[in-house]
Amino acid sequence: MSGRSTKTQERLLYLISPIGLLALWQVLLMLGLGDRRFIPAPSDIAVRYWQMVVSGELALHVSVTLYRVLFGFVLGVVPGIAAGLLMAMFRPVRIFFDPLIATLFPIPKIALMPLLLLAFGFGDASKIALVVIAVFFPVVVNTYVGASNIEKIYWDVAKNYGASQTMVFRRIVFFGALPMIFAGLRIALAVSFIVLVAAEFVATKAGIGYLIWNSWELLQVDVMFVGIVTIGILGLIVTAILQEIERKVIPWKAE
Amino acid sequence: MSAQRRGAAIEIAGLRREYVGAQGSVVALDNVDLSVAPGEFLCIVGPSGCGKSTLLRILAGLDRQTSGTIGIDAAGWAVENAMVFQESGLFPWMNVETNVRFGLDTRGVPAAEAAERVEAALKLVGLTKFRRHYPHQLSGGMRQRSAIARAFVTEPAMLLMDEPFAALDAQNRVILQAELVRLWEQTGKTVIYVTHSIEEALLMGDRTVVMTAQPGRIKRVIDVPFPHPRDLIALSASAEFGALKLDIWRVLEEEVMRARAEIEG
Repeated sequence: MSGRSTKTQERLLYLISPIGLLALWQVLLMLGLGDRRFIPAPSDIAVRYWQMVVSGELALHVSVTLYRVLFGFVLGVVPGIAAGLLMAMFRPVRIFFDPLIATLFPIPKIALMPLLLLAFGFGDASKIALVVIAVFFPVVVNTYVGASNIEKIYWDVAKNYGASQTMVFRRIVFFGALPMIFAGLRIALAVSFIVLVAAEFVATKAGIGYLIWNSWELLQVDVMFVGIVTIGILGLIVTAILQEIERKVIPWKAE
Repeated sequence: MSAQRRGAAIEIAGLRREYVGAQGSVVALDNVDLSVAPGEFLCIVGPSGCGKSTLLRILAGLDRQTSGTIGIDAAGWAVENAMVFQESGLFPWMNVETNVRFGLDTRGVPAAEAAERVEAALKLVGLTKFRRHYPHQLSGGMRQRSAIARAFVTEPAMLLMDEPFAALDAQNRVILQAELVRLWEQTGKTVIYVTHSIEEALLMGDRTVVMTAQPGRIKRVIDVPFPHPRDLIALSASAEFGALKLDIWRVLEEEVMRARAEIEG
């Protein structure tokens, strides 16, 4: 009984900070504190949001950004997982990749954008390539750490029961690393939005990053907010989907 | 299910295992001579660090001796050995059925035959209803039963067991001991069972090997005089059992004290 009411209380508390902040923001602007042309009220943003949904303008930018993120994500994640697993299994592979990762991981990936524009031009390919590179590193490191921390006993069991190298790879190393791989995927997902939106500030005519940058140039602050809020919502939805997949794929992970 | 064939015969001569590390070398096993008859249930007891697990791991092919020889005659058996590990070693990402089938998958046993054998093994340990459960959903006793099924299903000539019931509570331990002895009586496999409990060794085995600590040497080999099939509960309450246990405890106590004196300098 008391457990239930504290739970309700916690839920309320959880909502109070964002809703309260929005309400305060709205009230202050309605009282005339601040110029609504430069600082739009939440209601102004909501109205603009709705207009952009109805006109289909938002859908266009969202679809372009999502296409680039998801394409780049898949193309970067698959080799990232494969390289991480191979590094854990074979010492020469690890020795080969280690210095590469150590040097390339800390480079801000957005710094590569001009190079990628040279290589792939102004179309989608350069943005996708950026996401691929940005996603590869957190995934490869997480996969490697996950696979190399598999408890020794499982290697012993595999050896004692006569498992071949491919069998160990497919049925032990991969699954043993899976929880860490998913942790890497979550980081990679966030990273892919971060680099892509920054990349879309320049050298493109569509996407949420373009929308935000363009509205800055036109001084449409409410549209800027529409873009920012949309990124947050997209991140939330895509992460929720990933977590749902994780629950399905890792049934042994105790809640 | 009578004991048609007897398990592997083992000949160990002059076995030595030395680990060389940065702080010098440690002799885990020294001068171990031992023969095990086909179908024998042999228990190995000793204080921690006496090398009993090392011996088992060498037999399992997970470690190599520094010198000495091991001869294993497992003619007529497709699989030489299967090990049951201390903490079960079930793969958390496979359900009970897949775990049990693992040693058949690795050896390319056809699906239909594998399914049949897994079915029989699950029935043998009473886990048919839990086949779809994952290890984290099982009790400690059920996990060890699954691990035993995984070993038995491969039809090994010898079963290597490394303190398999050490983590179980007293009731479950007694139940699983009895089940294991029954399985062994039915199948005639050679069993090498490592434990730190004298009581467990005397209850289950034909012979008990008592080892000394660092370097691990064989101190004494005791023939356990109780006939099979055994009623483990009744046996554990008998006077003869108590007397034998006390006798061996004296042997071991000396060892434990010596090991402690050495550690404390």
